[in-house]
Amino acid sequence: MNSRHTTLLEVEGLTKSYGETTVVDDCCLSFHRGEIHALLGANGAGKSTLVRMIAGLVSPTAGRMHLGGQPYSPATKRKAEMAGIEIVQQELNLISTLSVAENLLLTRLPANIGIISRERLHAQARTALNRFGLTNISTRSKVAELGVGQQQMVEITKALAQDCRLLILDEPTAALSPAESESLFSWLRQLKLKGVGIIYISHRLDEISRLADQISILRDGHHVGTFPTHECSTDRMVELMSGGSAYTATATNSSPTRNRTALRVEGISGGPIHDVSFNLYEGEKLGFAGLVGSGRTELLRLIFGADKATKGCVYLNQDMSPCRFKHPSEAVSAGLAMVTEDRKDNGLLLSQSIRANTTITSLWKRFSRCGIIRDAAEIRSAREQCDSLGIRSEHLDQPVRTLSGGNQQKVAIAKWLVHDANVFLFDEPTRGIDVAARRRIYHLLDTLSKRGKGIIMVSSDLDELREVCDRIAIISAGRLVDIFTRDNWSREDMMQTAFAGYLNRSTV
Amino acid sequence: MTRYKLIRLAVDYGALLLVLVGIISVFSVGSDNFLQRSTFISIANQIPDLTFIAVGMTFVLIIGGIDLSVGSVLALSSAVLGTLMVDHDWSLISAIPLCLLTGSVCGLVSGYVSIGFRIPSFIVTLGMLEMARGATKLVTDSQTKYIGSAVEPIGEPLPGILLSPAFLFAIASVLAAQFLLKRTVFGRYCVAIGTNEEAVSMSGIRTAPYSIAVFAISGLLCGMAGLAQTSRLSSADPNAAVGIELAAIAACVIGGTSLMGGRGNVISSFIGVLIIAVLQTGLAQLGVSDANKQIITGAVIVVAVLLDTLRNRLNTREARLV
Repeated sequence: MNSRHTTLLEVEGLTKSYGETTVVDDCCLSFHRGEIHALLGANGAGKSTLVRMIAGLVSPTAGRMHLGGQPYSPATKRKAEMAGIEIVQQELNLISTLSVAENLLLTRLPANIGIISRERLHAQARTALNRFGLTNISTRSKVAELGVGQQQMVEITKALAQDCRLLILDEPTAALSPAESESLFSWLRQLKLKGVGIIYISHRLDEISRLADQISILRDGHHVGTFPTHECSTDRMVELMSGGSAYTATATNSSPTRNRTALRVEGISGGPIHDVSFNLYEGEKLGFAGLVGSGRTELLRLIFGADKATKGCVYLNQDMSPCRFKHPSEAVSAGLAMVTEDRKDNGLLLSQSIRANTTITSLWKRFSRCGIIRDAAEIRSAREQCDSLGIRSEHLDQPVRTLSGGNQQKVAIAKWLVHDANVFLFDEPTRGIDVAARRRIYHLLDTLSKRGKGIIMVSSDLDELREVCDRIAIISAGRLVDIFTRDNWSREDMMQTAFAGYLNRSTV
Repeated sequence: MTRYKLIRLAVDYGALLLVLVGIISVFSVGSDNFLQRSTFISIANQIPDLTFIAVGMTFVLIIGGIDLSVGSVLALSSAVLGTLMVDHDWSLISAIPLCLLTGSVCGLVSGYVSIGFRIPSFIVTLGMLEMARGATKLVTDSQTKYIGSAVEPIGEPLPGILLSPAFLFAIASVLAAQFLLKRTVFGRYCVAIGTNEEAVSMSGIRTAPYSIAVFAISGLLCGMAGLAQTSRLSSADPNAAVGIELAAIAACVIGGTSLMGGRGNVISSFIGVLIIAVLQTGLAQLGVSDANKQIITGAVIVVAVLLDTLRNRLNTREARLV
């Protein structure tokens, strides 16, 4: 018990500036052995930069650190690891063409005179995975073959496989299913009992209030305060992070007029999706819930023409004839828009400007004459979007890569607002973005639905869907099992439905 | 905003021009004959072929492809021109369209096969490199076709300005291509495709027509290069322009075009062409042996790219997290 309050790492006046911008400003924090210490803050508050300095990935502009009483200033990640500090970052650092086992043991492959011993490799990897309850992941499968959630688990296992004094987790559960998150938490609690200090960054407040011992809140690079978890309700956390501005659910005014269909999907099949049909009304927000891997993203891709449907049709605007889109361009000209789940992979042109990203879908239609871009119109429109969505940037020609996650997501959405579609497909629109940006996106969804747009929103966060949507469809094992409306939805029922498709099958 | 643009211009061209001026100064000091009008006129009349090729290559690299067949396609276009004029007594005016068409068709075929069947352009254009060279030998019977004065006007300096029509066309193609790249929807989409093709596709844009068009443009420019070279040499040589693809890629890369796609600038590529040409001419004037010339040219390419990489690293570091 004594060890619980031994200071492990002390941070004094830690500051990081890039040019004139200060990202972390004079932070003083102490982390203890055997304690889970959560870092909270909006995106861009400086959490990631702070832990990256601790992990030796970024060098501080000013300030000191002490690890176990000794001065500590890691020049590289390797130095930090040697001092016993491990970090699991938001971005996955796995080599997708190598096997799970090779990734897990990359820095210490078991070998005899340079020749890898396959048996020992797979045996050691197996032990590491089993310790974490990941018996369903084969050590021989390539990382690229795993789902994002499983990749994340492999990444965490990799960090946990090394002995460490301080473990840093930056948004570890963003891509995890609830079950996977639970097994992670139980692991973290065990590590804590062994006296390991843990720094935990997450946007999921409920998770933090269940898991953390201490909570430190950052806002705009400043350390706002540190509180024992039991003294800090989730409402209070939000308040401290954002300084107010709560989103009030607009359940009362969002009863859509159920007379005009915006989108009808009939018996669409393809890939993991089997025979899905539903109606989306104008001004309606329809949520899609389901377990990770149930086929929600795949369904949106089929509707949008990004993947080819083998059966079924899509009807837009009642009067239109049945369509089966072969390419997103057809879907877009029919009035569909899709904000993809992975904005870095297929949503944004990261190295291109805000301006180019915002107008990309509408260049021919709205911003050119005889193929020549009309700069003034383009700039005006991009600026309008930045203002109305609150995209924080220095100038419109700034590469999107330099924006925070929330602002990047707003840019990804902005291109469809410029295009002015009738039906919007949002795939995990609030994944990995902070509370304030999330509220902004909810407001945006409201605005769109009031203008009569049909909205489909996929989310892993059931509470979010219940707050935002008019109806929630549950996808299970590639089938649409049931649609709940506001008057009959309960968490339990929906969770049960989500599992329904898997009950009679041994394959999944 | 304007200040920002000025800085961008200085960063974009400043370093490159500095390299060019540096090389010219070194040669001026080293050789009494270098800093003379005749030197620059001779450079100006030599570079059109490489300029045309580098302009097309810039676009191909920007969309994330590569075109290795440019030298052979140039030779084939030239061979078509030579054979028509020598063996079939066509006039220059009537043979030019067929020469340009030959280049375009080769580019179109490469583009269609590469994009339509999703085969890396490296492989497809490597195949085209062999096939076009073979076709060249077939068309010319492996003989150099001497055309003579009928084709020379294009490569000969115009009275008064001392620059050849070929050079003026090359400059015009640089300017037109830069406009196409920076100011048109087509150019914007090329850069976007090179940056992240899937994101462009998911934005509702069919990428294939743009990519194929880029290869066709590269082919067309090979045809123009073939014309320029034929007129400079007064003949169509079936073994012409072997290895010019590497010089063109070097010029683009010196100009800061990324081999990964998504970044490039036609004017910078042209400065790259100038750097290579000045280097070649200057070294020749100094009486440097061929072996040493190659070593020096290679070293300059690596140093130029190294400078560019350092510059970019600096840029991204400053731009991060603003």
